[in-house]
Amino acid sequence: MSVLIFIDQSDGHVKKSSLEAITYGADIAKQLGVAAEGIVLGTVSDDLTALGKYGISKVHQVNNNALNHVDAQLYAKIIAEAVTLSGAKVLVFSHNQTGKAVAARVAARLKAGIVSGACALPDTSNGFVVKKTVFSGKAFANISIHSDIKVISLNPNSYKTIVGEGTATIADLNIIVDPSRIKVTAINKVSGDVPLTEADIVVSGGRGLKGPENWGILLDLAKELGAATACSRPVGDAHWRPHHEHVGQTGVQIAPNLYIAIGISGAIQHLAGVNRSKVIVVINKDSEAPFFKAADYGIVGDAFEVVPQLTAAIKKMKASV
Amino acid sequence: MKILVCISKTPDTTSKIAFTDGNTKFDESGVQWIINPYDEWYSLVRAIELKEKDAAVSIHLITIGTADSEPIIRKALALGGDEAIRVNSNSSDAYFIATQIAEIAKQGGYDLIFTGKETIDYNGSSIGGMIAELTDAPYISLATKFELAGTTATITREVDGGEEVAEVDLPLVVSCQKGVAEQRIPNMRGIMAARTKPLKVVEPIAADTLSSIISYELPPAKAGVKLVAADNVSELARLLHEEAKVI
Repeated sequence: MSVLIFIDQSDGHVKKSSLEAITYGADIAKQLGVAAEGIVLGTVSDDLTALGKYGISKVHQVNNNALNHVDAQLYAKIIAEAVTLSGAKVLVFSHNQTGKAVAARVAARLKAGIVSGACALPDTSNGFVVKKTVFSGKAFANISIHSDIKVISLNPNSYKTIVGEGTATIADLNIIVDPSRIKVTAINKVSGDVPLTEADIVVSGGRGLKGPENWGILLDLAKELGAATACSRPVGDAHWRPHHEHVGQTGVQIAPNLYIAIGISGAIQHLAGVNRSKVIVVINKDSEAPFFKAADYGIVGDAFEVVPQLTAAIKKMKASV
Repeated sequence: MKILVCISKTPDTTSKIAFTDGNTKFDESGVQWIINPYDEWYSLVRAIELKEKDAAVSIHLITIGTADSEPIIRKALALGGDEAIRVNSNSSDAYFIATQIAEIAKQGGYDLIFTGKETIDYNGSSIGGMIAELTDAPYISLATKFELAGTTATITREVDGGEEVAEVDLPLVVSCQKGVAEQRIPNMRGIMAARTKPLKVVEPIAADTLSSIISYELPPAKAGVKLVAADNVSELARLLHEEAKVI
């Protein structure tokens, strides 16, 4: 019996959300008094033995570059086989793009119950109950899994990565990889930018910025903070910013440590996408903007004056540290 | 060419979220029910667009729910679609639901199954992948664009930090999100036509329930906003650094 954690990689690098999943899975293993192991698919340039620092003793790898693109069908088959081979009873994913594609499919294959979007360790005192976010972050549900094997996908940015000591061994998994029925013809990645769902800090703009030509002040602040950038729905709809930056109920849902909303009124649909952020800062010239009710810090003022001053203040503060 | 579109009923996005019966049930009082936006705006509308281009396309809708979900499925039929199937069950377990849809899918011989990327109440993102597994079909999740030429689909999907374009032959299961299509409003002709479109009710097949909701919780209330004066911006930087410790 063990806990198996799916380690997601992109361009040969282990994703930050997977490090969270490893820490989380290792903590479940500790709770159950069993071993924690990982599985990675495809070719990886990172040193996988170093993942031992996050609490796993072994990494199973199917070292085949045909797996560098996510094909849910192939992934599910291989991961399910690895679960059977390793005798794992709990399988952990990050609830990121790959997890959303694969976790439920593996669960169905194994006939295992799944909690997707988990946000806390399971309660194993009476059964196996996992807390997850529901209603787009407006509430939580405690879900009991009844099956022998349990699958959990963990919300990104909801479990703190802990780095300790340890080295993992690498075990090559000899599993036959079927030909993929999905032919990837193009990849458009915004290189160098922090992926929105993994970012610690997100700076976001709304209609209050009046037009795409005014985004410079926001980008300067984001650059100073090493933050990802986002926008509200009207901004995405008006094509002031690319569609993938839209956060909200029908856009991307994020949970950074710090969310800075500039010129966003804070409609309930927008809040649904960002209310899991740990600290929310709202800058808006309208003191009645509903977003202030959901914020931790706020400035009622003109974004065009406040934002450059904030960038300068942060720059100055960093210089003095 | 047959498309199956999965439809679920969710509370309106502006609904107040509250619970009753010792936090074990969602409080439905005063809640307006809508078609899950991802199912409606993206997957259903895209299926309708495909039918508008090619009259040989037929669209069937499926929902898992009790009789009170019929207004929602009629509303979906008012947008488009030829007929609907309701599997009579109030289950909330993803595996049970996916098993029902997969059963209908196998019987109906669909070329394409559309789901929304998730429902806005349960946020599971599970059904599409499970249907694909249970019908042994390829699965493309988080699609932002869907084109079809003959029996080959060209799909843009969201991946970590960007997008990927892929070609896949039918049959296929796709979960749709923003970008796949634009929201439409049903017209009077559609609403009238929906009244007489076939809505078949079937009983669920036997399937295991692998999970159940034990209770709900609301997040702790925020302490309230700490306002900083607009002429003292550096104080905000200091608070974020020293008090909130986030920068």
